[in-house]
Amino acid sequence: MTDLSPQLLLYIGTAAGLFAIGLYGFIVGPQTLRRILALNIIGAGIFMLMVVLAYRGLADGAADPVLQALILTGLVVAVSATAFALALLARLKQARPGQYRPEQEPGP
Amino acid sequence: MSLLLFDATLCLLLLVLALASILSRQLVHGVILYIAFGLMMALAWARLATPDLALAEAAIGAGLTGALCFSALARQQLHLPVVLSWPQRLWPAVFVLLMLGGVLAALLQLPPTASPLVDVAQAELINSGVSHPVTAVLLNFRSWDTLLELVVLLLALLGALQVAPAAKATTSWPLSLSWSRLLAPMVILLAGYLLWAGASQPGGAFQAGALLAAGAVVLRLNHQLNWLRWSNFWIRLLIVSGVSAFVLAALLAMLLTTDNTDVIWLRWPPQLAGGFILLVELFATLAIALTLTLLVVGEPAAAEQAQQNSGGEAHD
Repeated sequence: MTDLSPQLLLYIGTAAGLFAIGLYGFIVGPQTLRRILALNIIGAGIFMLMVVLAYRGLADGAADPVLQALILTGLVVAVSATAFALALLARLKQARPGQYRPEQEPGP
Repeated sequence: MSLLLFDATLCLLLLVLALASILSRQLVHGVILYIAFGLMMALAWARLATPDLALAEAAIGAGLTGALCFSALARQQLHLPVVLSWPQRLWPAVFVLLMLGGVLAALLQLPPTASPLVDVAQAELINSGVSHPVTAVLLNFRSWDTLLELVVLLLALLGALQVAPAAKATTSWPLSLSWSRLLAPMVILLAGYLLWAGASQPGGAFQAGALLAAGAVVLRLNHQLNWLRWSNFWIRLLIVSGVSAFVLAALLAMLLTTDNTDVIWLRWPPQLAGGFILLVELFATLAIALTLTLLVVGEPAAAEQAQQNSGGEAHD
């Protein structure tokens, strides 16, 4: 892969960096909404990586249409998954409003 | 060289925005930085010469996800920022840096050969009914993916409608109302153009649907289009029509296949493929637009609905 153009190498580095940042945010948290944002950042990094891989080995500057179509599908699926996750989160907040004050939680 | 400088600046900006969105102490700042990050991602797609993705990302990544996160933010109580101790920050960072090194090492070892599918897709493009390769892959070669994706969207909407509590009633201000009215015809025109252009150039059902959804969300947040809700029969019909039109088109294509030797599910007859793709895309656009809109704006508060039904009786 080292024979790619400097532009694509730069984007590979950025994609890996975005993946790492998203992973860090997902582990550290602490709010659930921020974890969902972090998952979206991981997704953005992976999509960017797929675009760079679509240029692999093609000389005339045309990208692999199969990978592009997969990413397009992935974008729409990602936003619907995010919407579902946020709906679950809203339900969770409604069920136990004082999430960060454990002493007020109706414990099991 | 100057373009490489632009790329380097863009990549740096992307990384900084992502990091700031993760590390910012206030959740509100994190969400706003994430929206800026989505806009920059659209710019990165444009720089990587994938305009299909740039169009979809600008509407979805920045617009719809931002609106989603803001409405989630409005539901949350404000609380003090949580302060993490140093070990709590350090150990994940060490782990993530190890992962980053592994990922980079693995990426640089990938063989630099193109996927064999590229040549196959190019060779079959003549028989696909469209001349834009991405649309050909989405709606002809890999139409299973697209059909199942529409099913996923439908499932996500059904799930979100089941669990989400009713949205809070919001107020709009005059400027945003008049601006959204001005924007609406342009959004419809642009979406129609994108749908039609998808056959030969970047564009297509996803981009058009995402754009329509973004326009509809803006109008819906300004209390326009009050008929756009799940309880409306026609809206439900159109949302389901994305999947059902696809399946019906596939059945029709099976019937119209002249040689009975190999009838294959979801294979369009080459001479009619263009028409089939346009039909499927039209309904997919409407279904995607309505599903995404309802996913973002959700249902209005039950009290508001009850008031409308019972003619303005006093309710809680």
